[in-house]
Amino acid sequence: MSPHFRWLLIIVLIAAFALRVSLPDGGDLVIDSNGDGVPEIALSVEQPLGLDLVGGLRVLLRADLPPEQFSAEDLGQTANNVARRIDALGVSEATIQVLPGSGRILVELPGVSDPEQAVRTIQQTALLEFVDFNGLGAQTQDFAGQRILTTAQLEIQEQRTQSLSDAAEGESEGPAQDALVNPLTRQPFTTVMTGAGLQAAVAGFDQMSAGNWLIQFELNEEGGAVFGPFTANSIGQPMAIVLDGVVLSAPIIQAELTSGGVITGDFSEEEARTLALQLRSGALPIPLSVESTAQVGATLGQESVSLSIRAGIIGVVTVLVFMLVYYRLPGLAADLALLVFIIINLALFRLIPVTLTLPAITGFLIGIGTAVDGNILIFERIKEELRVGKGVDEALNAGFDRAWTSIRDSNVSTIIICIILFLFGQTPGASIVSGFAVTLGLGLVLNLFTAVLVTRTFLHLFVALLRNSPRQSRWLPGV
Amino acid sequence: MYSLIQKRRFFFLSSATVLGAGILIMLFSTLTTGSPFRLSIDFVGGSIYEIAFTEGETSEADLRDVFAAFGDEHVIVQQLGDASERRWSLRSTIQRAAVSDEIIAGLDRLAPLDMDLLRTESVSATIGREVTQAAVVAVLVATLVVIAFIVLAFRQVPRALRYGVCAVVAMLHDVLIVASVMSLTGLLLGWEADALFLTALLTIVGFSIQDTIVLFDRIRENVPKYLGEPWETIVNRSILESIHRSLGTQLNAFFIMAAILLFGGETIRHFIFILFVGLLSGTYSSIFTAVPLLVAWEKGELTFPGNRTAGAEG
Repeated sequence: MSPHFRWLLIIVLIAAFALRVSLPDGGDLVIDSNGDGVPEIALSVEQPLGLDLVGGLRVLLRADLPPEQFSAEDLGQTANNVARRIDALGVSEATIQVLPGSGRILVELPGVSDPEQAVRTIQQTALLEFVDFNGLGAQTQDFAGQRILTTAQLEIQEQRTQSLSDAAEGESEGPAQDALVNPLTRQPFTTVMTGAGLQAAVAGFDQMSAGNWLIQFELNEEGGAVFGPFTANSIGQPMAIVLDGVVLSAPIIQAELTSGGVITGDFSEEEARTLALQLRSGALPIPLSVESTAQVGATLGQESVSLSIRAGIIGVVTVLVFMLVYYRLPGLAADLALLVFIIINLALFRLIPVTLTLPAITGFLIGIGTAVDGNILIFERIKEELRVGKGVDEALNAGFDRAWTSIRDSNVSTIIICIILFLFGQTPGASIVSGFAVTLGLGLVLNLFTAVLVTRTFLHLFVALLRNSPRQSRWLPGV
Repeated sequence: MYSLIQKRRFFFLSSATVLGAGILIMLFSTLTTGSPFRLSIDFVGGSIYEIAFTEGETSEADLRDVFAAFGDEHVIVQQLGDASERRWSLRSTIQRAAVSDEIIAGLDRLAPLDMDLLRTESVSATIGREVTQAAVVAVLVATLVVIAFIVLAFRQVPRALRYGVCAVVAMLHDVLIVASVMSLTGLLLGWEADALFLTALLTIVGFSIQDTIVLFDRIRENVPKYLGEPWETIVNRSILESIHRSLGTQLNAFFIMAAILLFGGETIRHFIFILFVGLLSGTYSSIFTAVPLLVAWEKGELTFPGNRTAGAEG
């Protein structure tokens, strides 16, 4: 009997720990045993929730270039800049994930209020250029709003092709085929400075033209070193401010600019703020296109959470009652084992951590439904052994032993399926599947432990407690 | 003892009838819509908008006009819930995310939208193709791995391959049943087969094998125990012995699924329903397809080249 008590102790300890971890408002788990203020163990037990439960936006972006024209570093750099832009948007707990194989970046923005603006802010390349328009005179006006070809664009193009040894010849597209060149030289325009020369950029109200906004910028050291001499030499000449190849405005240089200036160009307040933000976070080395988006309103998410919890509780209570009514004492043991199973499962979700989505919760609940299967297999075996006339202890042991291979083999088949589903869920478009596969698979693995070990321990202890009671036969099934 | 095995011809016939009807439904669907299922945007690309207006009365025609302005004349419009809730589900073939924003703005102009109740999704055709490819690979890998696993699990039994083949036939039975139900609900109710449908399908494969293994395991164990008895009787006994377990498991899974169906969210209702159908079919097929088939094979009722009419008949 002593091994059963030993197991009981272990189970109780594990369950107590799991209960502490899975309590709704337990807070982080910090253990500081020697009281020196430095915790020996500090576990974060926050339960991460998926976007379908908290509401928010998920965007899958793809590098809008042929794969041979950019490197993994370019993609990483692009993701970093995207991350900085998101920070500036004020979205907390965003995740930005680079999927190098397919040249994609996955962005998840929980609780974002204006998804449309968020996508635009993230996506725009924001390559800002100050372009030499020397000598264009009155022709300058023809270029307003036009796409032009510049030396900086060609340079970026060249770097992209050079950084990859196996760049396919001839396949490289120019920045834009229909871009205009300098009519005076028939060559691309000369870029004086790019957005990299800026130190800071803020949106401001345009005092000169009502209703318009502008961007005030400060130059960094390198920017000042280039921009100062250029402006000093070009006073009275036009200069174009170009964003992503398109001329925003073409002011006449009034004075030498060494520390900063303003960019004007018919901006609304939102446009100005977005552009300032993009300039601060730097241009994206790779242009991005949006491949898929999913957006869930905050209220819908909360509704889903409360509906799932309600459905889960009703389902679990029904199972608990059924097991108790149908199998009586062993049913009680199974119920206790099931509760231990649920608590450990919830704790694992937080410790691993597993992001809970609607399919993930479903997988967990179905895991509960099938977890009982192991117990039922065992109980039916025990009944049979009792019918053959074996003693209670002997029947218990035989029942567990006989059922074990069935439980193992049958669980393994579904665990294999879960692994395949998990791998299928790694495809960006099917990520919803992963959550289900993880929670169901985890439940099945854990079930091998709880259905057998935990139920067995509880059942043996019950039998020991009732050993000398004349009423024991009423509590045991099938006798 | 009640003999289920002796009625195997009846079970084969009824399964064949149901499956035949299912195949006809899928054929009909393929002929009329070009695909056995109504495929969701997960596989073909496109966009979904689940919207709720805060006020006013919006007609289906108004909604269609918004999409027509962007070149989609065939948007699928469905009213969700009660008319007073002003909730709609709109499915379009438009794939470009930038256009999606403009569509939402367009809908918002019809009547103000409740942005907190908005759910949208847009998927490019490229992503759809990738998911389709991954789905095909997943199904193929699952089939191979499952067969390998069954052969491995029954390697000590004489003629393990027969057990394996019968389990796989039962599994295909379940897959076909579920596929037929999906096809039918697609035709009648407009349900769409998405990535979760495939998930349900593969999970059902797992459960189907699980059920069959439990049964076969019992047969494997009973054969040496009742050496004198005819093989058929042993198999029949094994089924009857396992039926409590099958019912118990079935009921518990039923409780959980019914709770999710009745009280859970709308989004995964189709998924749960399909899983539930598959679970029922899985239990049925292991008892009424896999085992009778095994008996028929062992008794030499199936004619293959190289078939032995042996079996353990006393």
